[in-house]
Amino acid sequence: MTAITADHLVTRIRDLLAAHPPADTDRTDFLRARFDAGLAWVHYPEGLGGLGAPRSLQAVVDAELEAAGAPDNDPRRIGIGLGMAAPTILAYGTDEQKQRFLRPLWVGEEVWCQLFSEPGAGSDLAALGTRAVRESGSGDWIVDGQKVWTSSAHTARWAILIARTDPALPKHQGITYFLCDMHAPGVEVRPLRQITGEAEFNEVFLTGVRIPDSHRLGAVGQGWAVARTTLMNERVSIGGMRIPREGGMIAPVAAAWRERPALRTHALHQRLLQLWVQAEVARLTAERLRQQLAAGQPGPEGSGMKLTFARLNQEISGLEVELLGEEGLLYEDWTMRRPELVDFTGRDAGYRYLRAKGNSIEGGTSEILLNIVAERVLGLPPEPRDDKDLAWKDLAR
Amino acid sequence: MSDAFDLLYSETEEELRSAVRALLADRCTPAQVLARAETGRPHDPELWHTLAAEIGTAGLLVPEKLGGQGAGHREAAVVLEELGRAVAPVPYLTSAVLATEILLGLGCEAPEVALLLAELAAGRQVCAPALPLTQAPGAPLPGAVRDTGGGALTGTVGSVADAVAADVLLVLADTGLYAVPAAEAALSPLVPLDLTRPLATVTLEGAAGTRLADPATARAAIAGALLSGAGLLASEQVGLAEWCLTETVRHVRGRHQFNRPVGSFQALKHRLAQLWLDVASARAAARAAADALATGAPDAPLTVAVAQAYCSGVAVRAAEECVQLHGGIGMTWEHPAHLYLKRAKAGSLALGTPGHHHALVADFAELPSP
Repeated sequence: MTAITADHLVTRIRDLLAAHPPADTDRTDFLRARFDAGLAWVHYPEGLGGLGAPRSLQAVVDAELEAAGAPDNDPRRIGIGLGMAAPTILAYGTDEQKQRFLRPLWVGEEVWCQLFSEPGAGSDLAALGTRAVRESGSGDWIVDGQKVWTSSAHTARWAILIARTDPALPKHQGITYFLCDMHAPGVEVRPLRQITGEAEFNEVFLTGVRIPDSHRLGAVGQGWAVARTTLMNERVSIGGMRIPREGGMIAPVAAAWRERPALRTHALHQRLLQLWVQAEVARLTAERLRQQLAAGQPGPEGSGMKLTFARLNQEISGLEVELLGEEGLLYEDWTMRRPELVDFTGRDAGYRYLRAKGNSIEGGTSEILLNIVAERVLGLPPEPRDDKDLAWKDLAR
Repeated sequence: MSDAFDLLYSETEEELRSAVRALLADRCTPAQVLARAETGRPHDPELWHTLAAEIGTAGLLVPEKLGGQGAGHREAAVVLEELGRAVAPVPYLTSAVLATEILLGLGCEAPEVALLLAELAAGRQVCAPALPLTQAPGAPLPGAVRDTGGGALTGTVGSVADAVAADVLLVLADTGLYAVPAAEAALSPLVPLDLTRPLATVTLEGAAGTRLADPATARAAIAGALLSGAGLLASEQVGLAEWCLTETVRHVRGRHQFNRPVGSFQALKHRLAQLWLDVASARAAARAAADALATGAPDAPLTVAVAQAYCSGVAVRAAEECVQLHGGIGMTWEHPAHLYLKRAKAGSLALGTPGHHHALVADFAELPSP
């Protein structure tokens, strides 16, 4: 087999556009055809939306299709499915699971959410207590427990779920990974109103939820290894996007500074310039990571970018509220709402300030990520842990 | 957005790095640097000869037809990373970057300019610009040297880096730019904060030199050279910070207190992880500056200002953390941490402070002061 080149892709893209002109094709139909042409995620295998091509060529496809005015699959709306469920299903799924789930996931016909965190297991994720018990006879799994901080649970059709299947084993060993039908009886989603006033997250209660064994991902008891694939992919996704200079959180602050001279003070100017420089350096660092990935020499910078952006988003949005003076005392609207997508930069300065507080908690707290950098990148010794060999049922809680 | 900077290292650059690193590992260890610094004559002419002439690093910025290597800022930046890692006491930044860039900025039609450039590129002569090391791009140039008649130069310039190692000084006078043999000048060595980059006051009393350019051409060339120097200094700072981080990680992994390696305590791990992030970010900023200079990108002045505003601080903090996390050992004369701290702190004043570069960012990014 010859290697796929950019020229091959351009030919395929032209064929796709000729057969399905974006102007007269239904959005979903176009996306399905794009998936079937192997142009959804070109590094995926043939038949699963890809062509087994180098990942770096995706940029060629995206640029060509965008230039042709083709609809995209709105990655913001399906981010958890794209960034977390899909690579995990690809790595661990059976052929049947890959065929069943990947196409509707990518097209956006089925939204995914992630049932990992629990009230008693956040940073110490492996301590989770949601139980999955196998029913003798049917072989189905019966799941009971509670999950929390679940973005998109109210719009999701499917969930990736980790549950404890053997409490007698140490906490990392007795976990199994499932694909959970969010419409199954016993799944209850309750909005969780948060600091911004809206309910972007949910609590999810699982009561006697029945999951067929065909929806288990990976071997029984191997759920932690599968979950690590999911978590690694969650943190890698940052490198993929190219950010323009003065993009992101710094943009509205710089705009306010330029447009409203009355707000300017010397002290604020110093802080603005420092943060502007830090934002530009963070952008260059993310760009360098992207170039490393494209060149097939992934660097460890990916482990750190989320830390940097979390800190910067918090500092920049904090400055923005102060800069606005009297207006900074106001908040747009506290009405409870349930947004369909997570938007860190939308709405007003007060919203950005409050929402950014979550950046250092969600997707691994900054403290946990600093440990990961220290241990995996710098090779520093782990903190002593006395729970590693204890059965989960014997842990203090 | 326009094409992004190339922020990676090419294979050629990595080969160049290996050659320079191997040389420095052999002949420029921290113990050797310290021993020379204690003599008050930190420069090692033989090391400079090997680095400049045999490996050919002195002529990286100089086109081949003028006797150089015809490489560019990206390669020179890699050399500076390695020199920073070794706090190497060699006049690379002054002679191979600043003086070389000034001469290149004059246009090379004049035979005396081309000749001097070829000498520098071949490593046969060392040339220091007679400017204070604190001279920043975008700041007014000093006007203390005057031609008192017939090319007799008179005046004093303070804090000139590497003047003691120079064969030739580039002197900006009211009538233009002059190449002055070092023997024509009176040099008073100063006691520098940074033991590895010696400073001197240069005094000229009717000194004779060769006039290379008129005042306007000279000032434009110096402005361009200061921009390049500031941009490439960022790479030296990255190398310095990287050494401090690596040595500190090595130390805390091996050092036991409270019956554990001190590097297993979360308070220290988090500090070092944050420092690693800062060094990785500084590398991206410094690579962007080197690439912008190499390609003559229109936003090179902004990219250089960003790199200098950021990398100076990272280098200082890395060196300060190195001292702190080595505990009492970090405060001793025999451990090399102090050489790095002194270089880092002095380097943060060189070619514009972070505050100066922040002000430049304000201009370029159109974020005016109140």
